Amino acid sequence: MKFAILFAAGAACLATAAMADSTILVQSTTSTKNAGLYDYILPMVKADTGITVNVVAVGTGAAIKNAMNCDGDVLLVHSRKRENQFVAAGYAKQRYDVMYNDFVVIGPANDPAGIDGAKDITAAMVKIAVSKSKFASRGDDSGTHSKEKSLWAMAKVDQAASSGDWYRETGSGMGATLNTAVGMGAYALSDRASWGAHANKADFKIMVEGDQRLFNPYGVMLVDSQKCPTVRSKEGQIFIDWLISAKGQAAIASFKLEGKQLFFPNAE
Amino acid sequence: MPIYSESFAAAFGLLASSDQDLMEILALSINVSLASLVLSCVIGLPIGAFLAMRHFPMRDFLVGVFNAMMGLPPVVVGLLVYLHLSRSGPFGWLGLLYTPQAMVIAQMILITPIIIALSCQVLEDLHEDYKDFFDSLVVPKRTALLAYIIDARYSLMTVILAGFGRAISEVGAVIIVGGNIDHLTRVMTTAIALETSKGELAMALALGFILLAISLAVNFLVQWLKASARRRAYV
Repeated sequence: MKFAILFAAGAACLATAAMADSTILVQSTTSTKNAGLYDYILPMVKADTGITVNVVAVGTGAAIKNAMNCDGDVLLVHSRKRENQFVAAGYAKQRYDVMYNDFVVIGPANDPAGIDGAKDITAAMVKIAVSKSKFASRGDDSGTHSKEKSLWAMAKVDQAASSGDWYRETGSGMGATLNTAVGMGAYALSDRASWGAHANKADFKIMVEGDQRLFNPYGVMLVDSQKCPTVRSKEGQIFIDWLISAKGQAAIASFKLEGKQLFFPNAE
Repeated sequence: MPIYSESFAAAFGLLASSDQDLMEILALSINVSLASLVLSCVIGLPIGAFLAMRHFPMRDFLVGVFNAMMGLPPVVVGLLVYLHLSRSGPFGWLGLLYTPQAMVIAQMILITPIIIALSCQVLEDLHEDYKDFFDSLVVPKRTALLAYIIDARYSLMTVILAGFGRAISEVGAVIIVGGNIDHLTRVMTTAIALETSKGELAMALALGFILLAISLAVNFLVQWLKASARRRAYV
């Protein structure tokens, strides 16, 4: 009898789960989600536009692939090069600037590579490589991972040759990689928002920040309805328009964690 | 380790205040797991019984396949279901990806082999013991099967519990096909994965304790039903 009731409840749950019409799906990078930005702005989106925004947060690489499979209406990621490729391949008509923050290198308080306070990111990365200090890489084809690889290339370090030695590729998301880095006393590259919101910091702190090469812009795109006929273009565009409107930009700027602003609006 | 006390406190706090988000996530976990369990039993128990009672050329091969499928990696099942339900996949037109239904499908694929393989084994053992006896009395196969099911009801209940345990505890499949969307497809295990990725380890463990408590409650409920059924039988 109890079982029958529970089953009926289950069936009812399934019946009501079909998505309502004013619902869109955003394929997103994880940093915006883990930092809590969506929890902060999506209720405002709902109030202003009536649109319910569901978010699937995966790495930038996975988010782009999911969007190319037409499994999302809007794409919000942070890898300029691949965003441009996405647009060039016809999956979106246009890329919109929406906001930026920056990447930071975090590391343990004992700082084995001696990079605390460095202003030059490539010099710091060379020091990590030369001292063979452990470095935890995302290794997951995410936006942060792409950025990290480009920084190694700028520093002229062949970090991949030391994979498994001092260079540790976790193949996981930002949070899992930060947990790993903290667990094994390794340096890691993180966007400022993810690190700021990460609760398991132990004695780790930001070692390198402020180099202009650590700039981290986020872009938003509407998946093209010619490539993907099931895309909810109207609602998706309303969401994007809201994000880049004066009101949306002000909302992004007003999102703070422990008194600190994590994302800086830069829509044109 | 102080994290245990912190997590226990957090778990009790969440339960005591019957936190609305938590209740929603718990309800979805239980609903998805029960729905997939019921469907898996509807499919799996008849197949298990059939394999136990009949002998045909491919029978041993099939039993071997189902036994092996008990070890299906959830993440592979999740990936396969994703590829099929994706808008660019063969069943994309159904629009099921990132819905609870997709999670039920993935879990069904995971637990149906468990139901088939274990129920087949339970019934086969009884069949071996009683086959000659029932044959000598010219008992029809159907009647014999009914006798086995009644005789093995508690073992079969354990089989079903094993399926439920697998369904409610797996994360690899549901996080891919459900997407861990807040208020839509977030269940206990994906919430635990999310809290871990946020570095909120005490909260993640607290949710783990609650999930464990649910499993214990379900199992104790079944034990109690079993015990009370036995008491009635002896009155």
